[in-house]
Amino acid sequence: MADKAPTIDAEISALKDEFAFLGDWTERYQYIMDMGKQMPAFPAEKQDEAHKFHGCQSQVWFDYEWDGDHLKLYGTSDAAIVKGLIALLFRIYSDRTAGEILDAGNGFIDELGLGAHLSANRATGLVNMVEKIRSLAAEKAA
Amino acid sequence: MSDAQQQAAQTGQHGEGFTVGAIREQFPVLHQEVHGKPLIYLDNAATTQKPRVVIDTIREFYETDNANIHRGVHTLSARASERFEAARAQVARSLNATSEREIVFVRGVTEAINLLAHSLSHDWQAGDEVILSELEHHANIVPWLMLKERKGIEIKVIPATESGELEIDALPGLLSERTRLVAVNHVSNALGTINPVARIAAIARERGVPVLVDGAQGLPHGPVDVEALGCDFYACSSHKVFGPSGVGALYARGDWFERIPPFMGGGDMIEEVRFDGIRYAPPPSKFEAGTPNIEGAIGFAAALAWANSLDWLAVERHEATLLARMTDGLASITDLRIVGTATHKVPVVSFLIDGAHPHDIGTLLDSMGIAIRTGHHCAMPLMQRFSALAGTARASAAFYNTTDEIDQFVAAVARVRDMLV
Repeated sequence: MADKAPTIDAEISALKDEFAFLGDWTERYQYIMDMGKQMPAFPAEKQDEAHKFHGCQSQVWFDYEWDGDHLKLYGTSDAAIVKGLIALLFRIYSDRTAGEILDAGNGFIDELGLGAHLSANRATGLVNMVEKIRSLAAEKAA
Repeated sequence: MSDAQQQAAQTGQHGEGFTVGAIREQFPVLHQEVHGKPLIYLDNAATTQKPRVVIDTIREFYETDNANIHRGVHTLSARASERFEAARAQVARSLNATSEREIVFVRGVTEAINLLAHSLSHDWQAGDEVILSELEHHANIVPWLMLKERKGIEIKVIPATESGELEIDALPGLLSERTRLVAVNHVSNALGTINPVARIAAIARERGVPVLVDGAQGLPHGPVDVEALGCDFYACSSHKVFGPSGVGALYARGDWFERIPPFMGGGDMIEEVRFDGIRYAPPPSKFEAGTPNIEGAIGFAAALAWANSLDWLAVERHEATLLARMTDGLASITDLRIVGTATHKVPVVSFLIDGAHPHDIGTLLDSMGIAIRTGHHCAMPLMQRFSALAGTARASAAFYNTTDEIDQFVAAVARVRDMLV
């Protein structure tokens, strides 16, 4: 996996290149799951109701903290593809400032082909998490 | 498997009446690619695909005869009414009902069971009992739980064994003076178990208790004879049996529909309406308020007529081959556990892979062009029974699936297992 890109746009662009390199969606899912495996472990004691992210078919837990101006994101799921998608989102949004997050759109979901290939439920879960991240940024910026 | 069977399985030849290739030709939707791979559709327990004759019948009805039924004096309305009633006659014939008056069109099994939960219970008291089974899906659980909330009825459950078979021996002990109905499915949607509904009906009716059979998954896998089953009610959904969605039928033996009050009120189900009283139309109209799904009923009948014309001995042999191939193939995959290993099954296999989430299995198979269902299959109590809290992955075949597709599916599951574990 590439090192974190300097900007959100560069990160999305890098992801697009990485996806284009892969032959088909089975390989892309493999790659997405590998990203999930490389995420730092989400503490077991935080896999509770308070950290549960609702609106997904599988179980998802989510946490964040502000490190100065930078939003740090943490999460996991009991499903490997969902966990990988969380890792993909965090590559884009974690360790960014509120301003950077708010300036970025969520067009990447379609640009990466995720909208067309994920089931509607999962794509909705992904959009919901983007919305959550954006609302955290908006609170911080307010 | 005998040599002849093996050869038949490979070529898809099962005697004159049935050739898989010829059957597949009649299903336009099967001939496409998904994610660049040939579609392998193994989600037939969720819904079946439609043969050309069904699609053509619906289009042709709209192009030639469309009108509202039972109320027009004009020619189109008469033709539409005639076709709608002919559809009812077809359903009655297909189920071997005695009379068309025993058949009411509904939206599907869910509405059929809600209708019965409402109408049958008009004279039930708190403490009256309904017996269900552990293998039911929500359509045959929730309406009774709602009735429990409304009227205080009690629900008893026929347990299932580890292999996913009903413990019929428990039924006599569950029946009591207060039992008003036994409601069980013909075939389990989640596990594929074919339940001994004729025996259940015999035991219950000996005690004077009526029996409802939820036939959503039964009718797609063979002709149903309500006389032979001995049930009082049989509910079925068109879309599970190669017909259009949003329509189904409820069979009620003899004068049941005369003895119970209507479910929904509206047009077409009345004989006279005054502001100080109503007189209902006789059944089946009494249970068909409002404009029904006319083209749906006609398409449903076309599907049944088409299915009834198949050589079912050959179809059943082919389905048994598909099931055996799927079961043996999946069982050979490390860390894979088949949920539901009953002796009598339709070609439905629910499975879990240790360390893999069912949704991941389903998503990866989809990327390979293979459609299966994952999750709780609208049968949460059953999933709890089998400790499959995140649900299972379920492959459900129909007679248009080939042994080659099953082999590709099994190979794909093996690959998915290696990716996930």
